[in-house]
Amino acid sequence: MKPAPFDYVRPDTVAEVCTILAGDENARIIAGGQTLVPMLAMRLARPTRLIDVLRLPGLSGIRRDGDAMVFGAATRQVEAERSAMVAKDLPLLSRALPWVGHPPTRNRGTVGGSIANADPSAEIPLVAVTLEAELIIEDTDGEMPMAADDFFMGPMFTAMPLSGCLTAVRFPIWQAPHLGVGFHEVSARKSDFAFVSAAAQVALDEEGICTRVALGIGGVGDRAMKLDVEGLVGSRLDAKEIDDAVATAVETLEATSDLHASASYRQRVARALGAQAVISALADARKHEGRP
Amino acid sequence: MKVELHVNGKLRTADVEARKSLLDTLREDFNLTGAHAGCEHGVCGACTVLVDGAPTRSCLMFACQADGYEITTIEGLAPSAGELSVLQDAFCETHGLQCGFCTPGMIISAHALLQREANPTREDILEAISGNICRCTGYGQIVEAVELAAEKLRGVNNPNAQPLPQEVGGRQ
Amino acid sequence: MNAESPGFRFVSSNRRVREDRRFVVGKGQYVADVALDGMLHVAIVGSQYPAARILGIDASAALAMPGVHDVLTGAELAASTEPLMNGLETPHVKRYPMAIDQARYAGEWVAVVVAESRALAEDAAEKVKVTYEPLPYVIKAEEALDPKSPPVHSEHGSNVLLDKQFVWGDVDKHFAESPKHLSYRVVWGRNSTVPIETFGVVASWDPWREILDVWASIQMPKYADQIARALRIPLNGVRVHQDVDVGGSYGVKRGIKHSVVVSYLARKLGRPVRILEDRLENMRAGDAHGPDRIFDVELAYDDNGIIKSMRMRALDNAGAYAGRAPFQLGKPIGAIVGPYKIESVAYRAQSVTSNKAAQEAVRGFGQAPTNYAIETGLDKVARACGLDRLEVRRRNFINKDEFPYLIPSGTRYDSGDYHTVADKVMAHLGGYEALVKERDDLRAQGLMAGIGIAACLEPSGGNSSFEPLLNEKNQTTTWMDSCRINVDGLGFVTVTIHTTSAGQGHETLAATVVAEVLEIDPDRIRIVRPDTLASLPSNSPVGSRMAIMLGGACFHAAGKLKAKLIKIGAHRLGIMPDQATYKAGSVAAEDGRKLEWADLVTIGHRGFHLLPPDTEPGLEVTHVMQVPTGTKLPENGRVQMYPCHSFEFHMVLVAFDPVVAKPEIRRYVIGHDCGTVINPHIVKGMTLGGIAHGLGAALLEEFVYDDEGQMLTQSFMDYLLPSSHEVPHVEIVHHCTPSPFTVFGQKGSGESGYLGSPAAISSAMNDAVEPLGIGFSKLPIRIYAVSDAIAAARQSQDDKQGNTP
Repeated sequence: MKPAPFDYVRPDTVAEVCTILAGDENARIIAGGQTLVPMLAMRLARPTRLIDVLRLPGLSGIRRDGDAMVFGAATRQVEAERSAMVAKDLPLLSRALPWVGHPPTRNRGTVGGSIANADPSAEIPLVAVTLEAELIIEDTDGEMPMAADDFFMGPMFTAMPLSGCLTAVRFPIWQAPHLGVGFHEVSARKSDFAFVSAAAQVALDEEGICTRVALGIGGVGDRAMKLDVEGLVGSRLDAKEIDDAVATAVETLEATSDLHASASYRQRVARALGAQAVISALADARKHEGRP
Repeated sequence: MKVELHVNGKLRTADVEARKSLLDTLREDFNLTGAHAGCEHGVCGACTVLVDGAPTRSCLMFACQADGYEITTIEGLAPSAGELSVLQDAFCETHGLQCGFCTPGMIISAHALLQREANPTREDILEAISGNICRCTGYGQIVEAVELAAEKLRGVNNPNAQPLPQEVGGRQ
Repeated sequence: MNAESPGFRFVSSNRRVREDRRFVVGKGQYVADVALDGMLHVAIVGSQYPAARILGIDASAALAMPGVHDVLTGAELAASTEPLMNGLETPHVKRYPMAIDQARYAGEWVAVVVAESRALAEDAAEKVKVTYEPLPYVIKAEEALDPKSPPVHSEHGSNVLLDKQFVWGDVDKHFAESPKHLSYRVVWGRNSTVPIETFGVVASWDPWREILDVWASIQMPKYADQIARALRIPLNGVRVHQDVDVGGSYGVKRGIKHSVVVSYLARKLGRPVRILEDRLENMRAGDAHGPDRIFDVELAYDDNGIIKSMRMRALDNAGAYAGRAPFQLGKPIGAIVGPYKIESVAYRAQSVTSNKAAQEAVRGFGQAPTNYAIETGLDKVARACGLDRLEVRRRNFINKDEFPYLIPSGTRYDSGDYHTVADKVMAHLGGYEALVKERDDLRAQGLMAGIGIAACLEPSGGNSSFEPLLNEKNQTTTWMDSCRINVDGLGFVTVTIHTTSAGQGHETLAATVVAEVLEIDPDRIRIVRPDTLASLPSNSPVGSRMAIMLGGACFHAAGKLKAKLIKIGAHRLGIMPDQATYKAGSVAAEDGRKLEWADLVTIGHRGFHLLPPDTEPGLEVTHVMQVPTGTKLPENGRVQMYPCHSFEFHMVLVAFDPVVAKPEIRRYVIGHDCGTVINPHIVKGMTLGGIAHGLGAALLEEFVYDDEGQMLTQSFMDYLLPSSHEVPHVEIVHHCTPSPFTVFGQKGSGESGYLGSPAAISSAMNDAVEPLGIGFSKLPIRIYAVSDAIAAARQSQDDKQGNTP
């Protein structure tokens, strides 16, 4: 299981990356490589050239930027997982990260790499879709933002321009007196790709009324999906209400079937875990003081 | 292409194809055969080494990507010839292995945990080794080994620690 | 442990396992670490089709690549080699290492590319053009049984390799007399032991000495013999190096086809050649899958849950070639009634070929699936009688005063105390009622919760008697193992063992046993593994035999050495040997005169004049050990299959959400009795590892083929090995019923845990859903199938309630 031959380059600037991509349609970006390298080893991917961006200056790091938390695309998953700032201000991502692969793959895998790879059951894309993250993509003709929801098109299939390079991901930070998050996932083994994962974030006002809610489901269809549970806004949220809202929302999902999980299973569990995620988020919100 | 790697405190060079994994380079070019190829697609963990102190799949990294990092293999953990680290000794004490094939990767992962966390819970240990598949032991004696090593390491830095049972560490 | 085995110095004590030291520092010597000068590497071109005629192989583009040395085809290899051994007399089911003119499963080796590096060999393999004509194929066992199915080997005429009916006792009468009958089907999915090290072998041919050197990750009886036979070279021209550490096996490391290929290539090319399977090659075409079996069982029993008779049909899907796979239907005959007093049994063993990969021996050699089938029946009888499942097992257990106990199929169980082991497990749990209450509390919280019970035996140390039982032309009545001890001129002890090991701790075993007999420090004994040309006979670590057979050989060799030391000492002291006392290496007379170890060594090595008459100089002894109880060929379909029978009793509590359905094992207790334990660390590890392996078989692992005959689970992304998160904490409750047939009372433990955990986990999952009136009869039990079945059952309950106003 050895990859087919390729050339290896490690440019110093994103502009160079884009230029190389523009000149060679079979060139491919590698960051952490935790998904790409197995595909290379099995010769399912056969790029002519690997463009290594992992240590590209300016492509790593986590910072607050107004109402957003910005992750350089090559930020290691482990850095995000262990970041106190992420835990405090972007708790949903914090909650999801321990479910990404296992510790050694998180040590090298990157936040942006997981997004660019667009596995329908991956956790970071799910959080990005749920929170409506903005992806910053640089191309030969400059930088452009793209909504996560527009970016993911199908399994390993994205709206990335041919010569584009993901440089950063902006996750919105919600301002609310009480914010809570919930994340639930089921897979055959903990570190496997999810059959179903559910991410929820809930904001409550001082009276405990829901002012904002987001729920996303991963693993069920060909991409992570944000569900419409807007009906819950303005309510105090009880379990029945949540279950009804989620039950209706998941009907829009088109579930896939494979060796490990049937479509009916995915559909059924999407509802169960979706509701559980909102309930967990609610409990979490009630527990916490207001976040900035 | 030529690569210069810092491995176990030494600078080593090799002339490799870009497609050559760090694992194959360690094994074939540097004769460091303690890291093993189990699946070559990043699931089993037998190839785990430390890259800047973090457990990493050496099968999912190319040698040409590995310059500038401090790479530590299982061969770099034993203090000197014939002498075991506390963790390695604990694996011997609890028999936290059988065939030994996954053991180097397992010990690397556990070593990194103990570097980071002096008082790991059982849950911490299970998580830290969850990317290392062992087919022989069912993990029970591995968890015992890591717990024992943590206990011994805590004792090392604590003059008031309870003496360890005589049996532990007494025999070679 | 010591309390249970009084009087031992080293046996049963918690001493370290000596092999561990080299492994924890990464200094094991595995086959992948054998790097010879000029060694060439191999990659495989596998068949794309489950069945296809090979019309042509064009290797010209591959051979044109610099660094590519050869592209071997099956036709070339077959012209120079004998077919590989078959277990049964099925002369028209020929097996060569590679497909010749027809491929019989997807992935089967069609061409082998040899190059300067593995990567280059893979590059070249992509350039080999094979022209196929796809043929009809058959994947499922029941379809293969149909005479109209396309035969995998057309010369054989059908897909049936074996269809043998045994009747032991008056089955028809017992069925007629029994007030109650039930029948059921269970299915054991194809899985395997899947060691983390794949199979690898290096061969090197020395044309001047005419010796083939082989280093392999091997665990196989008569391995060198098979290489010599296939290559038509003398067996004393094959030198297998047995000091290679094997990175896990549990039965399957038997790459004979790989070995023949690289041996042939090494001779042809004049360079050492290595094949090291990659994971895809290993899963697809390593020929290392395990049993793939359908059981149809009928039980005759009474209102008290006493089972009188059993009819069992086992239909196994052997895959494309026979090999030893059909024999895995034979071993379970030696424990066909489990730990129960079932008086008569009819057993039909059927094995069919299909267009799946070939099987190899897997831990337990068919016993784990059979135990799963039997234990499922015990649960069913209990439910049908309205009795508790534990109570029904207790009622059917053989009593401890009934041993040795002759079962209908001819094996006499050596010893056991099943009731006490079960009692000890219950006591450990704080009483069975406590576990039942815990389950019921979980159920009250809305969870599905179930208790699993499994009791079963581990037949160990046997004679391979299933071979003559299933193949009358096979007259094997020994399955010996050996030990040589040499005390050198400086008085140091070296013990040789004559096989490879895959983590079972044989060096520790041998040192412990020899030290026990000679009363010397085990740590000062050197253990070596000579190559096969310097070895005594061994049958390798299969069938849970090494504690019994290697331990026994070491015991007897050490006893011979001790006798020689006593004889030398007594002669020097001028007394009769029976007047001399041996103690910790010295020999003393009753009057206190004494010769120390060093004195005895000096006489043995230098003082021929001081030796008793007719005594060879030196202090070297050997012992070749015959299997205890293994003296006869089968008679009337009955045979003493194995001498020893370890017992295990599993209790499991699982719980899961009815929708998500991911089972959580809340409690796992195993009662284990393998007689006298030689090294407690090793037995504990085997047991815990076996349970984890069985958990995989029960819930996660399967080689799945789709309708196109392609395997879907070729990588570790789809073939799911349990990780630390999935394996529960397991509590072991020990008991020791020594075997009367072994030197210390030891029995086997290499398959422990695995033989009962699939049954136990299945039992728990079925108990969990029992209130809904549903069940699971196929392993592995996948999460989604559980959830889907519960949803369907609830739906139908709702529908019924809706229909009844």
